Amino acid sequence: MNTTNTRLQVMWNRLLAVVEEQGQALIRAAFSPIVRECGDISAGIFDLQGRMLAQAVTGTPGHINTMAEAVKTLRGRFRLQDMRPGDIYLTNDPWIASGHLNDFLLLMPVFYRDQVVGFTSCTSHLVDLGGLGMGPEGADIYDEGLLIPPCKLMDEGVLNTLLMEIVKANSREPVANEGDIYALIACCEAGAKRLAGMMDEFGIDHLDELADYIIDASYRASVEAIAELPKGTWRNVLKVDGYEREIDLHAALSIGEDRVELDFTGTSGLSSKGINVPLNYATAYSVFALRCIIGPDIPNNAGSLAPFHVTGPKDCILNAQPPAPVAMRHTLGQMTPDLVYGCLSQAVPDSVPAEGASCMYDLPLRHAPEAVSRGDEQFALELVFSGGTGARPGLDGLSATAFPSGVWGSQVETTEAVAPVLITRRELKPDSGGSGRTRGGLGQHIEMRSSKDEDFMLFLSVERVLNPARGRFGGEEGAPGRIRIGKDGPDLPGKGEVRVKAGETLIFETPGGGGFGDPQDRPCEDVQRDLEEGLISQKMAREIYGIDP
Amino acid sequence: MREENGLRLAVDIGGTFTDTVLVDGRGHILATTKTPTTIENPTLGALAGAKHVLAESGSEWSQIGGFIHGTTLATNALIERRGAVVATVTSEGFRDILEIAYERRFNQYEINLVKPDLIVPRSRAFTIGGRMDARAQELQPLEEEAVSRLAAELVACGAEAVAICLMHAYANPAHELRLRDLLRARLPDLVISLSHEVSPEAREFDRLSTTIANAYIQPQMASYLADFQARFNQEGLTCPILMMTAAGGMTTIETAARLPIRLVESGPAGGAILAARLAAETSEREVLSFDMGGTTAKLCLIDQYRPQAARKFEIARAARFIKGSGMPVRIPVIEMIEIGAGGGSIAHVDRLYRLQVGPESAGSEPGPAAFAKGGTEPTVTDADVVQGLIEPERFAEGRLRIDMDAAKTALASGIGEILGLGAVQVANGVSEIVDENMAAAGRMHAVESGKDLAARLMIAFGGNGPLHATRVARRAQVDRILIPRDPGVGSAVGFLFAPVSFEIIRSRYATLEALDLDALKAFFDAMIEEAEAVVRAGAPEGRLTRRRRAFMRYHGQGHEIEIPLPDRALEKTDMPALLGAFEKEYSHQFSRAVPGMTVEILNWALEVSSESPALTSHSEVLAKQPAQPTGQRQILCEVSSEWRNADLFDRSALRPGDQLGGPALIIEPQTTTFVSADFSAEIDGGLNIWLTRNREGNR
Repeated sequence: MNTTNTRLQVMWNRLLAVVEEQGQALIRAAFSPIVRECGDISAGIFDLQGRMLAQAVTGTPGHINTMAEAVKTLRGRFRLQDMRPGDIYLTNDPWIASGHLNDFLLLMPVFYRDQVVGFTSCTSHLVDLGGLGMGPEGADIYDEGLLIPPCKLMDEGVLNTLLMEIVKANSREPVANEGDIYALIACCEAGAKRLAGMMDEFGIDHLDELADYIIDASYRASVEAIAELPKGTWRNVLKVDGYEREIDLHAALSIGEDRVELDFTGTSGLSSKGINVPLNYATAYSVFALRCIIGPDIPNNAGSLAPFHVTGPKDCILNAQPPAPVAMRHTLGQMTPDLVYGCLSQAVPDSVPAEGASCMYDLPLRHAPEAVSRGDEQFALELVFSGGTGARPGLDGLSATAFPSGVWGSQVETTEAVAPVLITRRELKPDSGGSGRTRGGLGQHIEMRSSKDEDFMLFLSVERVLNPARGRFGGEEGAPGRIRIGKDGPDLPGKGEVRVKAGETLIFETPGGGGFGDPQDRPCEDVQRDLEEGLISQKMAREIYGIDP
Repeated sequence: MREENGLRLAVDIGGTFTDTVLVDGRGHILATTKTPTTIENPTLGALAGAKHVLAESGSEWSQIGGFIHGTTLATNALIERRGAVVATVTSEGFRDILEIAYERRFNQYEINLVKPDLIVPRSRAFTIGGRMDARAQELQPLEEEAVSRLAAELVACGAEAVAICLMHAYANPAHELRLRDLLRARLPDLVISLSHEVSPEAREFDRLSTTIANAYIQPQMASYLADFQARFNQEGLTCPILMMTAAGGMTTIETAARLPIRLVESGPAGGAILAARLAAETSEREVLSFDMGGTTAKLCLIDQYRPQAARKFEIARAARFIKGSGMPVRIPVIEMIEIGAGGGSIAHVDRLYRLQVGPESAGSEPGPAAFAKGGTEPTVTDADVVQGLIEPERFAEGRLRIDMDAAKTALASGIGEILGLGAVQVANGVSEIVDENMAAAGRMHAVESGKDLAARLMIAFGGNGPLHATRVARRAQVDRILIPRDPGVGSAVGFLFAPVSFEIIRSRYATLEALDLDALKAFFDAMIEEAEAVVRAGAPEGRLTRRRRAFMRYHGQGHEIEIPLPDRALEKTDMPALLGAFEKEYSHQFSRAVPGMTVEILNWALEVSSESPALTSHSEVLAKQPAQPTGQRQILCEVSSEWRNADLFDRSALRPGDQLGGPALIIEPQTTTFVSADFSAEIDGGLNIWLTRNREGNR
């Protein structure tokens, strides 16, 4: 390293700052609640070859590899000599962009002194693309809405108005979609402008040297982190609820000297419902989970991602092929970290948490269909609630906290202000955290009804109702998720449509995380504290922890 | 009472130093001093500082007609967790508002993340039946029969203070008020904070967290303020003491004792007030204030002479200043970005062999290696010393010995060895990284606020602000910088320009198309009555100004945009103009409005203030002359990367109209202004230094 490297490092910091700035601007301008609450966007800067140099750290890991791969794909589709300043390319192809139609990916070549020097790219979740809408009910991708193959959205700064009209004409939320697309365009343009400005400031006219520096340093650090791990292959099977039947997810994790390979061979086949997962998306969550343990401080870029390789047989449910329905690919995608951790835990038992609730419990609520004709209030609300995370080897799991997604929960007061619902209870559910030397995080207990004595509809696509989070090394499993209407109502399945009638109370419990280690080894004072705080019952203290309060 | 001809005294008690400034009736500084903060009883240090400036200027206590006090005590009590035993009472069914919060982790990749400690454990979290809804209707009466059980629980858990936060109390506080009365009747010594008084905004977690913070410091602050007042009165002070708030206004001791949470971060607010004042005096409409001290740097955007306001900030963020890692507090504040970059920030190398600076700081003890007080870790100040930017003989008025060799060793031994660099190269790298960090934080902050940094005037102060200003400005594309007089005690000077003011931000949900104008009028009238009563207590006479604002957004969005409202009841005919103002500001921030989308309003603000002291105007300086250097020294020029001779100037000798070119160092007792090679400097009629970047020359 010499002083030139300090300059390169300053430029690297600058690129990281630019993508974060882009990401923030995109989140603020977005209309989709999932973008606002989860930061379901991405922004990145790429070199001339399409290698990712910097990516914003945003709320959802679903964009981590997908964007890096998508840009390479688009880069291969369009010829460099055909690109002009002001051009922007677009696609929402789930197998290129980010796993379902709602995610729009834009790519803009960056010009400096009349030459393409690199690219900026960004992705955002649009509210509605027509079809059956966000839900698992589509039989194929054609049911799920409008697919736009890679094409030009802007031609030398002029908007492709026909394309914009098509997107609007095929959506229930045309105004919001248009707003989101403009926000994406502004995000690309701002990134391009800032990149060119940086090149001006530092007096460089290409990114090659900077790109090599970033990628080499990140690759080297990642390989060093991998080198510290034991070598070998470890396998795990995770049973999940699925829709029409339970599903087995299989993984084999191989750690070599300088690479980590993950393979899904053995995993169940496709579902007839839209919970199938394209491989790019399964890869994103799997690699995210691995990188939380292996070099989490190394930024995401082509170098740090290079040692990770994910494969799976075609048409297993984690490598769905077109035209499979994939709208709710995140339901199972979010389970892949637990699948991967089951392997990794065998290699490094002191670093990996137990299984957690993992799948976010989102609650898309709508007015009943007859509300329109009856003149009742029409509304659409997407609340997201989280369960508990798995116990960590040295720490209890986190109660009511999202992982692996970075989703934000909502506030009861703001929810009740904007929608005709009344939430009468939202508390941690005692005894729901799996017991162990360290305890799993607790799930929540939520009760909700219409505030207007009108029916409303609920669209479920959640996991861990039949298969709760398992503990590790003697830790117990966490409580399963549970959905019912009224205290004595029958338990409802985790997927499908539910009508909550006027006056009825929807009761909704999010799963707890699994425990870690033998509960008998839990320090007495920790059990006592849990008791004092009412997180566990006296019965559990006595029967599981063997402590007489 | 503020007498026209009386003297005015400002005391800013910080963590390390207490700054005291005395001005005459026209606002001219008579004396300033920096005394060590007396941690055990901060009032003693304040008294010492006040006596010092009175003696220096030959003044008497009885001449003081205005006294403004700002203190970091409230903030420190929260950061160091030295507060009361607090319990909470929330609505039945909502015991876990604090633990559930926003259900998120503040760091996406940290498996072993520990959430911030929010003071009240679940064992001291109680509930009571009764429910209001979002439209202020009572759905279920308060469960009064449960109050004796509640009182017993509060006593049993040892609570000294209780934070009461009932669902939708911002809309209808009846249950909170009734519960307070019932508890007070049973437990007269219990300190009670009510959420609708402390923070009347929707969002139960933020409101509860703010109420807890208030309750936590209330007993301690109330007794501190009473003692402070008694001791100063005993010395002979006859005027009332006004307290500086985080929002940049002043309030009475009584209000401060009731709502001490409003006192947090008042020191930095003083700096922003100073910058806003200078902006107004120099007619600069877009300003970035840059306050760099020993541990952190604070940046604030100032538009139209008004510091950017916010409704929320976080206390005690975890070491890396990560958003979400602290305790959220929702009160009116001056919006500032604070990053761990100061003179004492420590440099190190990470596993990617990247040079990193901060946020860990060597603080004032042991301090940078160059201070020779036992510090061995390389810091930003060490890098400045090695680059020749600090003249050892005159640093801190010669009170601190600067050890150049210790600075070189610190830089070369740890970092230099790992990276294969010499001390000078490391020093250059440390500066580049820390300056880039500050510039990046500023740019990010501007983007988050929908604003741009370029074209702004930077106003730099604090112990290290003038030293790093040109370097940070260049990276932020800022071309002009102003260094005020006495930049080392900028916050205390700022206190003297603050009005007496009080702001209330209250939630009331409505869509723009269906506003209930009569109800809104009553809503504002109630806020006006409450705020005016508070302000009149501190400013019994004189004209009061009111400012009304609405926080608007498109339905479906989370980001609210602040829109000024006329100071009168809204009428139907105002609606098109309001929508127009929203769309204009929206398209300014996001390049394009979204016609046809519903616009909604959740929060409304009302601020009442007295008038600020009149502006001082300086006649334009017509005669320009080259300034006379007092000497030269070798510095590492960061523009050419070569050692060059820099002219040295004594700030106290510079006169209006003096001009000089970089590289140069302008030295004064508490700081040094570094004029980079690509900047030139000029002194204005108010003795401010103006630095201007020459884009073409010297590159």
